[in-house]
Formats: sequence, C-alpha cells, structure tokens
Amino acid sequence: MYWLNQHLLSLVIFVPAIGAGLILMLPAQRSGAIKRVALVASLVTFALSYFLFSGFRANAAFQFIEKVAWIPGYGISYHVGIDGISLLLVMLTTFIAPVTILSAFDSIKKRVKGFMIAMLLLETGMLGVFAALDLFLFYIFWEAMLIPMYLIIGIWGGERRLYAAIKFVLFTMFGSLLMLVAILAIYREGYLALGQYTTDYLKLLTVDLGARAQIWMFLAFALSFAIKVPLFPFHTWLPDAHVEAPTPGSVILAGVLLKLGGYGFLRFCIPMFPGATTLFTPLVVALAVIGIIYGALVAMVQTDMKKLVAYSSVSHLGFVMLGMFALSLQSVSGSVLQMVNHGLSTGALFLLVGFIYQRTHTREIAAYGGLASVMPGFAVVFIVVTLSSIGLPGLNGFVGEFLIIVGSFQTQPAGAIIAVLGVVLSAVYLLWLVHRVFFGEPGKVVSSGTGSDPEQLLDLTSREWSIVLPVLALIILLGVYPKPFLNRIEPAVDNLVHTYQETLLPESAEQLKAERLIADQELEWVKDH
Amino acid sequence: MTAPIYLITLLPLIGFLINGLLGRFLTERQSGMVASGTVLGSFLISAQLTMGLMTRPGKNPHFVQTLFTWIEAGDLQIQAGYWFDALAAVMALVVTGVGLLIHIYSIGYMRGDPGVRRYFAFMNLFIFMMLNLVLADNLALLFLGWEGVGLCSYLLIGFWFQDESKARAGMKAFIVNRVGDAGFIIAMVLLYHQFGTLNIQQLANAAPFALAGRAFFTAVTLLLFLGATGKSAQIPLHIWLPDAMAGPTPVSALIHAATMVTAGVYLIARNSVLFTLAPATMNTIATIGILTAFLAASMAITQKDIKKVLAYSTISQLGYMFTAVGVGAFSAGIFHLMTHAFFKGLLFLGAGSVIHGLGGEQNIDNMGGLKKHMPSTHLTMLVGVLAITGVPGLSGFFSKDEILWGAFVRYEGFSWIWLVGVITAGMTAFYMFRLLFRTFYGQPRWSNQLHPHESPSVMTLPLILLAFLSILGGYVGVPEVLGGMNHFHHLLEPVVAISPWGLAGGHEASHFMELLAMFISTVAALGGIYYAYKVYILQPRMADELRDKLPGLYKLSFNKYYVDEFYGAAVVRPLVAFSQVLWTWFDDRVIDGLVNGSAALIGSGSRLIRQLQSGLIQHYAAFILGGVIVIMAIIYAS
Repeated sequence: MYWLNQHLLSLVIFVPAIGAGLILMLPAQRSGAIKRVALVASLVTFALSYFLFSGFRANAAFQFIEKVAWIPGYGISYHVGIDGISLLLVMLTTFIAPVTILSAFDSIKKRVKGFMIAMLLLETGMLGVFAALDLFLFYIFWEAMLIPMYLIIGIWGGERRLYAAIKFVLFTMFGSLLMLVAILAIYREGYLALGQYTTDYLKLLTVDLGARAQIWMFLAFALSFAIKVPLFPFHTWLPDAHVEAPTPGSVILAGVLLKLGGYGFLRFCIPMFPGATTLFTPLVVALAVIGIIYGALVAMVQTDMKKLVAYSSVSHLGFVMLGMFALSLQSVSGSVLQMVNHGLSTGALFLLVGFIYQRTHTREIAAYGGLASVMPGFAVVFIVVTLSSIGLPGLNGFVGEFLIIVGSFQTQPAGAIIAVLGVVLSAVYLLWLVHRVFFGEPGKVVSSGTGSDPEQLLDLTSREWSIVLPVLALIILLGVYPKPFLNRIEPAVDNLVHTYQETLLPESAEQLKAERLIADQELEWVKDH
Repeated sequence: MTAPIYLITLLPLIGFLINGLLGRFLTERQSGMVASGTVLGSFLISAQLTMGLMTRPGKNPHFVQTLFTWIEAGDLQIQAGYWFDALAAVMALVVTGVGLLIHIYSIGYMRGDPGVRRYFAFMNLFIFMMLNLVLADNLALLFLGWEGVGLCSYLLIGFWFQDESKARAGMKAFIVNRVGDAGFIIAMVLLYHQFGTLNIQQLANAAPFALAGRAFFTAVTLLLFLGATGKSAQIPLHIWLPDAMAGPTPVSALIHAATMVTAGVYLIARNSVLFTLAPATMNTIATIGILTAFLAASMAITQKDIKKVLAYSTISQLGYMFTAVGVGAFSAGIFHLMTHAFFKGLLFLGAGSVIHGLGGEQNIDNMGGLKKHMPSTHLTMLVGVLAITGVPGLSGFFSKDEILWGAFVRYEGFSWIWLVGVITAGMTAFYMFRLLFRTFYGQPRWSNQLHPHESPSVMTLPLILLAFLSILGGYVGVPEVLGGMNHFHHLLEPVVAISPWGLAGGHEASHFMELLAMFISTVAALGGIYYAYKVYILQPRMADELRDKLPGLYKLSFNKYYVDEFYGAAVVRPLVAFSQVLWTWFDDRVIDGLVNGSAALIGSGSRLIRQLQSGLIQHYAAFILGGVIVIMAIIYAS
C-alpha cells in the first residue's frame, strides 16, 4: 500500500502504456481481447486517478510528487506532481479515455490492435504532459503525444486524412520546435542564475528572467500553445483534423488534446514570464474575444456537423483564453473548469455525431431533419449536451462561463462584455443545428436511410448508452454541484494569480490587498444590516 | 411549524423525473395525475407557508433556507438558497395555483396525444424552474430559473416538432430571449463587481449607500430591463410571443400568459430598490410599457387567429404591468400580474376549449354562433373578457385602475402616459369583444361537417374555477377610495421599495381626482364595448367597410408593423452573409492561404537544400546543433 501511495501518479501515467504493451503481445486477429485489454487498462487508470482526486488536499502545493534523477549530468530528472489545475485535467483525461476507447469498439473496424496501442500511448503522453514538473520531461511527453495522434488521423481517418494529418503535424511541430529552443534558452538562463544545469520546473520558476528574454521565450512557448488551443487565427488546422479524424480521434482531440495548450499557458507562460504576460495580455485577450465571436459566426454557417462543432470549439476556447489572461481568481478558476466542461460537452458532441454518422454515413446537416421522431433517446441526449454547450444554468457550461465573465470583468471589462455576445451566438448556431437535424419533416437520410430502410436508424444501443450516460452524469454534476472541483482548483489558481500580481507590481498588489480589505469590511457591514 | 421551502420546488422536480424517466411505465392518465399531483402538493405547501408568513413577526416577515453552496470561487459565493416573503408567496401561489388548474385541464386537452408523457414532464420541469425563479434569494439562482423556464418554453412551443414551423417558433423564442439574457448577465457582472454579492436582500440593503453614482444604477437597471423585455415580450423583443402560440394551448395559457412572461415584471418588483435609484430607467420602463400596451393592442384588433389575438393582448397587458412598475407602483404591477394570470389563463383555456370543440380550427373567421354549442366555455370566457376589459366589479378593473392611477400620481395629472393607458383600455375592450362576438355570436361560419361540442368536465372545471378567480381576485386589492382596505398593497408594502413619488394608497392626491380618473377609464372601456357591439353585431358589414376604408392602417396592424421583416433584413440576413464571407474568404483564403503559401515556399526551398541531405547522421546532428546555437545567439545578442 505504501509503495502504491508513493507511486500513485506514475501508475496513473503509465498504466495505459502498460496496457499498450500487453496488447502488443496479443495477435492482431484477437480483436475482442485487444479491445477488452484496452478498456480495462483505461478503466484501471481512471480508478487509480480517483484516488488522486480523493487524496488531494486543497492547497496550492504540488502533490503526489515523485522525483528520480534521470540524466543527472544534464540536471534532467523524472519529476512529476500535480496541483489543483493539473488534477482536474488529469481526471478529465482518465475519464475521457475509456469513453473514447469504448466508442472505438464500434467505429474502428480495421487495424484494431494498432489503434488501441496508439490510443493508450496517447493517454500516457497526455497524462505525462499534465503531470510533468521537468521541462525536458514535459517536452518528451508533448512530442510523444503527437505521433499517436498523427497516426490516428492519418490511418483511421476519412478521405482526406493524409492532408489533415500532415496539416496537424506541421502546425504543431512548427510550434513545438520554437518551444524547444525556448526551453534550451531557459536551461541556459537557469545555469547562469542557479549555477547548475537543471530542467526542473520548480527550480527554474525561481529564476528571474530579463524582460527581453521573457518576451522571446513567451512568444516561443505561446505560439506552440496557441496553435494547440487553438487561438484565433491559428485554428484552421482544427476543422480539417476533426472532419478527417475517426470518431474516437475527434473525441480525444476535443476532449483532452486541445486543453494541453491552455494548460501550457497556465503552467509555463504566465508563471515563468510574468513580465511578458503583462505585455501580451491585451493581444491574447483581443484574439480570444475575436475567436469567441469569429468561431461562433463561422460555426453558424457550416454545413457539416463536425465542422460546426469544431468551429464552436474555437469560440468556446476563446472563453477559456479570455478567463486565463484576465488573471483574476474567478476568471482563471472558471477557465480551468471550462476546459473540463468543454472536454465533456464537445467530446460528447463528437461522440454523438459519430453515432449518427455510423448509421447514415453522412454528416451533411441538410440531409437530416425529423430525426427526433425516429431516434428520441438520441435526440434527448444530443439536446442536453447542446444545452450544456450553450451554457444553460444547471448544466456544467454555465458555471465556467459565468465565472469567466464575472472574473474577466474585473480586469478586462470590454473583453468580458463582448464575450457575452458569444453566449447569445452559441444559442443561435447550436439550436439551429438541433433544429435542422432533429425537427421538422424527415430529411433525406432519415426517410430513406441512404439505401436502407428507416428501421436501420435504431435508437441508441445499450453500448452507446453506457458511453454517454457517464458523460451526462458529469455534465449535470458539474452544473449543480461544482464545489468539490472548484475547491480543488482554487488554491492553485489563487497562488498563480497572486504570485503573478506580486512579482509584477509589488506596490499595486499592496494597494489591491488594502482595497480588498475595505471591500470585505463593507460586505460584512452589508450582511450585518 | 411550517414545511421547508425546498419541498415546493422538489415536488415538481420529482414529477418531472418520474414522467421523464419512467413515463413509459405510466398510463396516459397516471402521467397526468403524477404531474398534477406534484403541483397540487407545491400549492398546498406554498399556502401553508403563506399562512405561516401572516403570523410571523417583524417588519418584513419571511422564511429563508440555504440548501448548499452552488458556485464558489474566492469572494464569489453563490448559494442555492430560497427566500419566501410576501412577494414570493403571491408568485408561488399564482404559479402553483393557476399551474395546477392548467395541468388538470391538460389531462383532457392532451388526451390521445402520443407525446403526453413528454408533455407533462416538460410542464413539471417548467413549474420547477418557475418556482426557482420566484423563490431564489440571489440573482444567479433566479437566472437559473429564468433560463430554465426559457428552455421549457422552447421545448413546449416546439412540442409538435414534426411541424418545422412550430419548432422554428420555439427556436425563435429562445434566441430572442437570449438577447435579453445577455443584458441580465452583464447586469449581474456589474452588480457583483460593485457589491461583491448577488444576494437580492444584500443588494437592496447596500444599494442606497453605494458609492456608485446614478449612472451605475441606470446602466444596471437598464440591462436588467433588457432581460425583462426579452422574457416579457416588450418592444423591441416582443416578436417571439405571437409565434409562441404554436405550442399546445394550455402551454400558451400557463407559460405565455399567466406565469413565465410575467417574470420580467417580477424581476423589477423584486429588485425595486435598485430601480428606484435610477429614475431614468423607471421613465424608460414606463414609456416602453405603455407604448407596448398601445401598439400590441393595435395589432390585436386585426388578427384572425384566436390565439394570436390573445397573444397580442398578453403583450399589451404586460405593457400595463411594466407601466405600473415604471411609475413606481410596484404592488399595482404585481396585482395586475395576478389578476391577469386568472383572466388570461381563463381566456386561453377557453380558446383551447373552442379549438378543441372545433377540431383544431383557430381562425375566428370560421367560427361564430358557438354560444349554444359550448355554453360553459362561452359563459366563462365572457367573464374573462369582462375582467380584462376592466368592467367595474371584476378583478381587471381594480388592478388596471390602480396602474392608471399610479401613472396619474407619478406624472402629477393627466399625462400622456395616462392618456395612452386609457385609450388602450378602450381598444382592449374593443378587440376582446370582437373576439367574443366573432366566436360565440352571429351566424355560424364553420363548415357543416364539424360538430362543435362542449369540452369534458376535466377541462370546463378549471375554466369555472378561473372564472370565479377572475371575478373575485380583485377584491384583495380594493382601493381606499372605494371603501376598501387594499390588502394586497399592504401585503407587499414591506417587500417592494417605497417609490420616491409617493403612491401610498393615493392619500396625497384628492379622492375626487381618483374617482374622476376611474370614471374616465371606465367610460373608455364601455365605449370600446359599445363600438365592438356596433361593428360586429349591429352592422356586421361595417368591419369590412372599415378595412377597405383604411387599407394602409389595416395592413400595418395585420402585419405587425413589419418588425419581423425588419429584423430579418437588418440583422439576420446580413449576419449570415457576413459569416459566410468570414468562412469562405477569411478562413479558407487568407489564413490557409498563408499556411499553404508558406508550405509551398518551404517546398521549393527544400528542393534547393535537398543537396545537403548527405544521409550521414553526424551531419544532421551538426546542422541541428548549429541551428540551435544560431537562434540562441540571436536571442542573446538582442
């Protein structure tokens, strides 16, 4: 037990990889066994990660730390640990992974073995990114993740899969190469400041980087992360990648992969380069807000369901970026929560689009209509997920959006108010989608079922229900009682925000504190009366 | 010993879950019973709590209950908490009481519809959300109810979703409401920023001492009012309500007449302290309210669909309520909200009964002479029409008059707002009697294949009960000048702000003026009735002659002043076209053009550099190293 506790985080990270190793030993024909092993591995990972969640103490420190020298000569170590921010994203990953693998049971027909291996390795890579506290380790995981995702799009994707896969790789590689350069530069700066070579995140965090260096490094990191998020205007790889990726690929892409960008900003850009962050905040906020509106407008006129959902991601992640760079406690907390929310809702939307695509082999919105009469269960699930995405109070999306808007107003009032327009637009494009797909007269594929009879449009199967029900449960739980999650995020975010304010403007931080004190007293007075 | 408040909301939620998840195990009848039963339970608990309130000591008697912390981040603490005071009690009783009658009616009206379980599930969900709206102790939870009722409205307008136009009407309602909701959200943000809380009582306590200036309160209240114009279908966001008539008629009665659409009025009354700090907003509300009342009445006059007439009438009556709160007569606004819930709920259910009896016919041109076929429906609708018209002695008379008197006092005499209010009262009488006469009197104009019949008692019983309420409901608020006590006003006195313009029962102005104003508006109403009688009964051809004489005016009214067309041309189509350009030009050409262009550049570049590819690992390693050194050199050189 003791050993287990000491290595819990590493276990969570590597159990999927172990599962991949087991699958490697199975013959490719035994696809049933392969699927089972993959599912079990991901479920075990999720179960283990639950202990991370329950054992997590709500403070700002990194927990479940493991540190082993790896390449001592270069000061590189295997150093992992999580704070509240990474905890939530780790949980999101371990939750989405089994959902994705289960959805692949039906949708992946060829080379099952390879697919499951890629999926599990991808999971290990993503978990590693969220847990790494060593820049070199982080980079290894970051790059390692790219390969399985490239393969998933390139091998199991749609017709233009190669184009999409290459676009995905080029965009991402472009960013990560610059990041590598910046990591090396920090490595050198660390040596100059600390007198030793190290890639340890916590040590490098203490290094005071000069203003010019910060700017360059920020840009190098930020570009990489901005592409991943994706922040407008670096988003054009996303619709292609989503459209061509197989359903499980889209789910994992929207569900987890996009969060790596946001996580990178939070973990590296803001705390390591606070000066540059201040300088670039207006730019990032502007791009985020443009993204909210732009993504929503372009989503509105899409004719392909997957593309619509992909562009809606651009809009939603604009909210995440706005909250992050507004850098208030509420906005950043909301931003972290919204990453989870987006992972759940948009992941679920891709799942559902996948379900229906499997039945009709088309994602053309115009081919649908009246689906709610034929598949009522599917319609209910789809509408609930849509409402979550729209930000209906009582479901998860609202909590994140609300915190982001309230929090952003304190520092970025204009951005916050424009962002509210995005709330209006999200209702427009999503309800219009629901309208065209589910309501009215039966459409082309609904009445004829593309060369088959309408009876083929069966409602959700029990396996499909078992995939969506856990997601729905979380969507409601996070909407009604987000407190356990918010409480775990808060100390880390509070630390981030305060450190940022203090390193930056010591005197105005004092002033801020004084103002808060007065405000608190006023509030007390109000409550007393 | 009073019941906990949360039971009021919990019961309909349970009803929703039973019908929503286990509906297929229930018979149609059981489904309706479950739904009605839970609402009955809520009503009884609300009644018990209201009784408890009466015996509660203190200036502003109330019950509070905090269930759990909903959203928490730093200073921002939002509780799932309820606050039950006199205003909440009135609202909860109206919502559950009228809601119960409409649920029972629905058992008859929806009989045989394959989606009946879904129907009752949505109706229960609506009651749950509406109760959250009226019981919430903070604006965020109120907003949950606010959006929740909007959702149910969307789902129930498009209940028969196989009909594309009906589903579209639901979507339109939701989206138009969202525009208003954006205002609501920004208002919450501003309030939190200023006061550090969204608790309604704390806001009301802190607001008068706030350092923020008048501009702040004007902005916040205008934004809240924007939200209210969406939900309560006021100009310029009124366009969704007539389309909302696509839903089943009991839905129109419950959601689009008696309860949800009045939420905007409730919102303002609930936050009356904030609103009284912003006189500019108050004047705006009164102006928008009275204009909406007038314009909607002018549209109702020419509509042919029985439900559309009632829809415009609802918009118009809501306009009165906004006028009331706009002139600071908050309790008068809520009073009219309550009486309107009775008589408009009645009128819609009556219309539903007519539609039911005529096999789905909604055009009043194809009705007429139904009096002897549907006696109960006729009689109860007559009561409803008299009540809305403001005939002395019925509920609408008392509440409408209090509003007009409030306007009179606020603007110190015969102001234009008062005058328009009186004219609208006359128009209301005209179009309501037009409806009544065209439906129940004169020669039958329906096809002789139809056999109009009276509705079953499960439908007529709620009609009769609502008719009694429409008559008696006004007597809780008889003004002092008529020898009454105006209990209603005194009940709400501690809850709503005392308007700085002093409408405390009309003591300031003379009783003579109050009676005179009352007399004038009664004359206007009676005039409207007489004119309708003349046009539709005495000289039936006069209506057509009038239409031919005033073709422009008629068209303008019939086509609702072309507001929908205007929005289509000025907002919807340009936005879609603009978005198309963004996608096909900016995304595909500009951004991807840059990307692909640089890819091509690299491609041709690499053909040149291909010579460097020696195939020796050492060379490559050296290139990489060299590259890194160069870039780092650049960083440090700068």
